[in-house]
Amino acid sequence: MSVPFEERSDRLQGYRGAARDALNRFEIGVWSEVELVNDAGSAFAGVILPRSETADDLHIVIKLFTGYNVGVAAHRIASAKEIGYRRAVYRIPEKDFPYDSQKKNVTLLGTGGTIASRLDYRTGAVIPAFTPGELYGAVPELADIANLTTFKLFGVFSENMGPVQYIALAKAIGEEIEKGVDGIVIGHGTDTMSHTGAILSFMVQQSPVPIVLVGSQRSSDRPSSDAALNLMNAVRTAAECDIAEVMLCMFGPTSDRNDLLHRGTRCRKMHSSYRSTFRTVGATPLAMVSRTLNEKGSHFTYFTDDYIKRDPKRKPIINPAFEEKVTIQYYYPNFNPDIIDALSGIGYRGLVIAGTGLGHVNKPLYPALERAIQKGMTVAMSVQTLWGYAQMYVYDTGRDLLELGVIPLDNMLPETAFMKLSWVLGQTDDPVKIREMLTTPINHEITPREPHNGYLILQGGLPEVDEFVQKHWK
Amino acid sequence: MEQFDYESAGLISGLEVHQQLLTDRKLFCRCPAGLYTETHDGEVLRHMRPTLSELGVYDGTALMEFKTKKEIVYLLNRLNMCTYEMDDTPPFLVNQEAIDVAIELCLMMNMDIIDEVHIARKQYLDGSIPTGFQRTAIVAVNGYLPFKGRNLTVTHVSVEEDSCREVRDEGHRITWRTDRLGMPLTETVTGPDLVTPEEVRDAILLCGLTSRSTRRVRTGIGASRQDVNVSVRGGNRVEIKGVPRAGYAVKLVHNEGIRQVNLLKMRDEMRRRGLKTPGDIRMKACDVSGILTFRPDAKVFAVKIDGVAGLAEHPTQPATTFLDELSGRIRVIACLDQHPIVLSSASIDGLRRNRIRERLRAGEHDEYFIVCGPEDDCRTAAEEIRLRFADAAEGVPKETRQALAGGFTTFERILPGADRMYPDTDSPPTRVTAERVARIKAGLKPPPWTRIERYRSWRVPDETSTFLIRRGGADIVDAVVEKTGVDGLLAAVEIGQRAKALHRAGIPVQRLGAAEWVEVFDLFTGGRIPREAISLIATRMATDGLTAASAAQAEGVTVLGRERWQAAANGLDMAGYFEKDDSAAKRLRFLAGRAMQMLKYKAPAREIVEYLQSTIELAAK
Repeated sequence: MSVPFEERSDRLQGYRGAARDALNRFEIGVWSEVELVNDAGSAFAGVILPRSETADDLHIVIKLFTGYNVGVAAHRIASAKEIGYRRAVYRIPEKDFPYDSQKKNVTLLGTGGTIASRLDYRTGAVIPAFTPGELYGAVPELADIANLTTFKLFGVFSENMGPVQYIALAKAIGEEIEKGVDGIVIGHGTDTMSHTGAILSFMVQQSPVPIVLVGSQRSSDRPSSDAALNLMNAVRTAAECDIAEVMLCMFGPTSDRNDLLHRGTRCRKMHSSYRSTFRTVGATPLAMVSRTLNEKGSHFTYFTDDYIKRDPKRKPIINPAFEEKVTIQYYYPNFNPDIIDALSGIGYRGLVIAGTGLGHVNKPLYPALERAIQKGMTVAMSVQTLWGYAQMYVYDTGRDLLELGVIPLDNMLPETAFMKLSWVLGQTDDPVKIREMLTTPINHEITPREPHNGYLILQGGLPEVDEFVQKHWK
Repeated sequence: MEQFDYESAGLISGLEVHQQLLTDRKLFCRCPAGLYTETHDGEVLRHMRPTLSELGVYDGTALMEFKTKKEIVYLLNRLNMCTYEMDDTPPFLVNQEAIDVAIELCLMMNMDIIDEVHIARKQYLDGSIPTGFQRTAIVAVNGYLPFKGRNLTVTHVSVEEDSCREVRDEGHRITWRTDRLGMPLTETVTGPDLVTPEEVRDAILLCGLTSRSTRRVRTGIGASRQDVNVSVRGGNRVEIKGVPRAGYAVKLVHNEGIRQVNLLKMRDEMRRRGLKTPGDIRMKACDVSGILTFRPDAKVFAVKIDGVAGLAEHPTQPATTFLDELSGRIRVIACLDQHPIVLSSASIDGLRRNRIRERLRAGEHDEYFIVCGPEDDCRTAAEEIRLRFADAAEGVPKETRQALAGGFTTFERILPGADRMYPDTDSPPTRVTAERVARIKAGLKPPPWTRIERYRSWRVPDETSTFLIRRGGADIVDAVVEKTGVDGLLAAVEIGQRAKALHRAGIPVQRLGAAEWVEVFDLFTGGRIPREAISLIATRMATDGLTAASAAQAEGVTVLGRERWQAAANGLDMAGYFEKDDSAAKRLRFLAGRAMQMLKYKAPAREIVEYLQSTIELAAK
């Protein structure tokens, strides 16, 4: 099949310089099936692929009919002939999602991320581009769990999530709850999933149904991806779980075993690439969810009963407030006070410090903090140790800081504190109210007690730990 | 082996030779390569799902492997694997040392190096690689190996990561060890230029010799493995996987040729019966657990195929039948691996045979099969029986077959196609500059055919040449000849034969490198040691770590001046010589024996004999 050149909008996609000239010279282009011979007489038969824009301008990429890709130097091409034209259609067959009146109704809101991704020839990287509807084509098991409605809100990487998306998400959740769905799943990149978990915990309160964030650490374009299992477990959680909170549903162990449900305000991504990257910090996860039934005949194993129970009659409070002039600063030795003055000077209204130890910064910072607070900046203290409380009465340093008006946030995680401060400052500038709202927990972002198993980082190398690890699927 | 005319069957064959490269580290992470362990300190469990190729198509093999629904367990050992191997860390940049070795091998095979090497992912859902794909990249194309007076085409060479080692495969669980995973290897793919099993064997040997010539590949068990592609006219490409030694290929290729010819005969028979296309195959399966039982908790299913009566007994490989083809598919895909995997109706006793026949409403032209196991697996098995007959209606299915002992093969998987390949988005391409290729070319060692030719001109037996190339002695021989000017045959025999014998006797001669051997031969060409002392001195050097000169001294080897040893020889008398039939030859032998006792390692034996001969001849005159 031949398509006229003028109808091929992507004929030179990504090609520049010598490589582009060669495509023009031999009257071939992207998606041309070619027989190409180089100056050594080597023949290459295959399809010309688009070139990554960050790659050099010297080579033409061919996907050989054997499936391998090779880059042929443009200046070495002796002859090239188009013998066909085959434009790649990278689509998972989209099927109508079967409806079963006996099953619960779940809405999947897509934001992007690797749970829904495909190859991008422009950059050669993975981009979020599956429509959530296509997920069913890839994971047909979903139909055994619930009736799924999908709605793509945006297609952005995790790091590109921000206030605009948070607000849109909160509103969309409100609308879906209004429609009476049994649960909501949000497809999300994992990098900032806990940030979104935190802000949604504040923006959407008293939800009658579960709100489940899900993603994957291995993109869905690979056979070993955790995406399918995460998605199945997330949809099951939305449909059937009793916990009506904002939760993250991600791998417990790195093995394909089960997912853990982490409270949106209390968890964190702890490894850049491991599947089992999320940890509930300073507490235990809410529950475990698996494809198989446990001994009680349930897919869910609850670790606590201290959670907001599902109640379809409850009315949610949607409060999508957000102040953007808020920052988080990680304290380090010799942190320059100019930074605080500069932030204050350009109008920042809120600052969360991730302090050392129990919540400390050094003395040279005091005057700058005092100036900023007097100018109206809210300064709150969390701990960079992640585990444990900011306890500022223990040392003089802490007491001095309290004196200056720094608000201790107990065991609120730094990122959660950032989200909460942004949310609070989006609603008020009354210092008394700000302090009260910040320090009054909405959903366990501050807990009165830390259980001893809320801090468990097993130290590899210890004989007893290695023995334990050896006996379990990691 | 039974008679089989390869030419009239149109047998053709090509190779895929896998060769581990000798690098310190693995291909995509910094783990040590070549460190094997038999214990583990961690395990992970995974499943695999097929993914789309970049052209938007699912690969058939991938779907088949997905059907098996296997639990995959990986055994981990901190010594030789990291979070990369368990697919919890993306790849690090490709090991450029491995690319260099691959380029070197390719240049030796007269290949055209790829300008920009792209890493692709080749899907494998059997669990042999935890990512579900093997990272692989073509580094060169369009080469050849001189072979039996013609050229054996080398289509392409890729560099790729090695897979896991299988520990066990039972039911729905397969277990793998991850120590070998990620080690760099090359895959050399030849054209289908080989036309007899013996040629296949010789080509495997040649490929091995070529890669060994670089001195940068691994040796030992599992370091080199080959897949052999075989087809006959009208048949199809079948890949025989994991041929461990060249010699084994002969029977495997022979048997596969026979199998394909037999499958084509069976296709013709099916056509005669009106079973012309896959769509003509009708299957009916039903639970007959009430009639027949094998094991408690296992269902028994009878699977009827219309019109195939007697075909289960159709021969395939020598001494095997079509029933074995069914059995292979069922074992792999339906995971029914307990005996009996599948039975034909002929093995059921008369009464029950008929009851099942009635239940299935099977006519006299139909055949049914019995499978036993969990219901889901039985249903998968029934479908596989149908699919295998559907394939049979078309002749020989493309598949990968595993080599078994005795020259037989069994089904491993459907032969994967191009759709299982897609680009590795985690790795940037590597530009291979002309300068880099030129640098590697400048240091290229001689290819085996050049060396063998050169050694032949020295009258070195091919067997010795081959041994020297395989074991690295050829580099030493070349250095010795070049630096000492010694006769090539002598160097080859001393290093290739004598040293081999010493090695077998437990002497660590492999400790001696080119420099040490040059020292020894320097002494010889300088007339300081006789030829017979070369291996003695080498032995002493190897065991005690001495220089050649010190070893000679320690062994009391010093060649005397000609006058001195001739004088000593002149002093010999015939005392003790008793021979009934006296002759010059016998006298010479007697005197030579005496002389050797006295002058061992102090004079060249051949010259002593020549001298004695001349004196005896003089005396006779």
